[in-house]
Amino acid sequence: MEKNIIIKVCMGTGGVASGGEEVLAKFREMITESNLNAKISSNCHAQKVGCRGFCSKDVLVDVIVDDVKTTYKHIKPDMVERIFNEHVINGVPVNEWLAGPEYNNFHDKQTKVVLSHCGDIDPEDIDSYIAVGGYNAAKKAVLEMAPEEIVNIIKNSNLRGRGGAGFPTGLKWELGLRIKSDVKYVICNGDEGDPGAFMDRSVMEGDPHSVIEGMIICAKATQSNSGYIYVRAEYPLAVKRLQMAIEQCLMKNFLGNNIFGSDFSFDLKIFQGAGAFVCGEATALMRSIEGKRGMPSPKLWRSAERGLWDKPTVLNNVETFANVPKIILNGANWYRKLGTERSGGTKVFSLSGKVRNTGLVEVPLGISLREIIYDIGGGIEGGKNFKAVQTGGPSGGCIPAELLDTEVDYESLARAGSIMGSGGMVVLDENTCMVNTAKFFLEFTQAESCGKCTPCRIGTKRMLEILERITSGKGKDGDIELLEELGNHIRATSLCGLGMTAANPVLSTLKYFRDEYIAHIKEKRCPAAVCRDLITFTIIEELCKGCGSCKRVCPADAIRGTRKSPHRIDKELCIKCGSCFDACKFKAILKV
Amino acid sequence: MKVEEIDVDNEVGEVSEILSQNEKTKGILIHVLQQIQEDMGYLPDEVLRKLSKKLNIPLSEIYSVASFYKMFHFKPRGKKVVRVCLGTACYVRGSKKVLNMLENEFGIKSGDTTEDLTMTLETVGCVGCCGLAPVATINDNVVGEIIGNKKLEKLIDDIRE
Repeated sequence: MEKNIIIKVCMGTGGVASGGEEVLAKFREMITESNLNAKISSNCHAQKVGCRGFCSKDVLVDVIVDDVKTTYKHIKPDMVERIFNEHVINGVPVNEWLAGPEYNNFHDKQTKVVLSHCGDIDPEDIDSYIAVGGYNAAKKAVLEMAPEEIVNIIKNSNLRGRGGAGFPTGLKWELGLRIKSDVKYVICNGDEGDPGAFMDRSVMEGDPHSVIEGMIICAKATQSNSGYIYVRAEYPLAVKRLQMAIEQCLMKNFLGNNIFGSDFSFDLKIFQGAGAFVCGEATALMRSIEGKRGMPSPKLWRSAERGLWDKPTVLNNVETFANVPKIILNGANWYRKLGTERSGGTKVFSLSGKVRNTGLVEVPLGISLREIIYDIGGGIEGGKNFKAVQTGGPSGGCIPAELLDTEVDYESLARAGSIMGSGGMVVLDENTCMVNTAKFFLEFTQAESCGKCTPCRIGTKRMLEILERITSGKGKDGDIELLEELGNHIRATSLCGLGMTAANPVLSTLKYFRDEYIAHIKEKRCPAAVCRDLITFTIIEELCKGCGSCKRVCPADAIRGTRKSPHRIDKELCIKCGSCFDACKFKAILKV
Repeated sequence: MKVEEIDVDNEVGEVSEILSQNEKTKGILIHVLQQIQEDMGYLPDEVLRKLSKKLNIPLSEIYSVASFYKMFHFKPRGKKVVRVCLGTACYVRGSKKVLNMLENEFGIKSGDTTEDLTMTLETVGCVGCCGLAPVATINDNVVGEIIGNKKLEKLIDDIRE
């Protein structure tokens, strides 16, 4: 009997962290030992694939027998032998380890364009990409299409910048083409720094060739011969895989001089960032490549006119480029119809926080937040109540439950006081304090402010001080108004996007959760029982069994009591660390 | 990387023909700093002085650039660099607790290195493994789902190892 068996092991950063390498090695060892290829099948091999976006279930393993795919979750190296013996050799899947309907639901409700190959192909092998139609679009663009033709397709597709601002990509390319210059650059912005966002990382790690292919097409469309991929330093695996991909392209003559045998040449280099969030901003990123401090400059002209080294530069985000080959192959209409009237196509979000299924989610623009969080995300973890969803990272805002039916596109999210941003989506439940959440985001932007302009450097600092005051129970009348005033000034007068959006988390929570701020200031109470200075821990005598678990974990020796009789917390000594609360099995500790 | 051996044209690559000498040396600065740090673990003052002469960039400017980026360090670093993620997802799942625990255990504050250079403790914005929150990284390895004392103890053992 001849069988075709492929075993795919998820090896994104999440997969590797959960032991993916060991799992893959074990499978390979089993295949060699069993001498399976000689015995029952003409083809059995195990390969690594990129992130498929469901990292909470890693290591995920696909066993594909004659095109029938079975997915396993939480696989450890010691589980490999059983899967191999029962499923690969005898054809009976190990039912209790299957990823199950949850996994299928998570995937079936998505529309995969950018992520279509992520988790399916081997990201370190160019032939694996070519086998699924890779580089056909670039070949077509370079050999058969005029630059204007490419620009028109991208314009008609309604593709907009996926880095967050949503500038129409086709317009940017058109400008890039129109400007005459001996040297032009194409830059891919892979400086993904928003906390809670990891879609660009997954694309660069899982399907690096799609980004390179998109850049080749852009280079042809704008007649540029040099390009950079700017990758943030915190993504070593992405750098490694992109580097491999570039080398493979050079060997096949997809990059370099006279690519695909044409008279067009395109060189591509990776520039590794050095750890500065603000470098995600286009002008700061270009200063960084020039070897300077990564500080933004006033936008007196567009990058397409004067960018890197004062030469015309077209800069797009990773996801934007990854969309391009699919648009060239399937046509502008196909892509436009996937989205809404004003924004074509799909968007990848990284769904995280207090949601049951965390991971990467690709959906058509225009879908509602509710569908993403409940249908794909599976609702709130632990049966708690939904409170808000934070979109757009530290530049975005919190959207409350009553706006869950908001359509996800650039304009609707902006109307709701947030932004699309690069695609971070963090779900917050009833146990989240909104004041504390706003403080968290402001801490981030404040620390990452480059210091060039005053509103951002000093304004965010002052806002943060007010928030610290409020969360420590020292808030006073007028604080809310002061926050709003400061926030609006910072928004209006900052130099770059980082400052202009820094106040969004505070302003949006003030808009929708003002009562929480008031509770903190007037009643010195944190409704979600999060802010340490405003909560107390007490043991409910009736529920306490006197087991002593809390006493053992208390780092401050603040818990008194003898075995089998109710314990008591000494409020003078308590440092409010919450260890006792987590240790108690009988829910006998009250946190208010 | 030895400062004496830096070949500017080679580091710049293909774009070299179209850039002025000044742009070239500046353009490779961050890359060279990264390599020096990779070799030596930090950026020693005497190496930066040599680099300043070699690339003809004022020392003040080299420090200006290097100090802007978080990745560059001017002091020796611990053998294990532990970064606790304080990104949103990790934060809401209790990464502050992990950080406090490590600070107490090793008797240092975030940003410091232990005297015996075993480890440097830092925080990081987001390492992009939100599905595994809370996470910390030990050098380049990600340790995920650090919830409960057992996992914390394992983390400490891994650092000491």
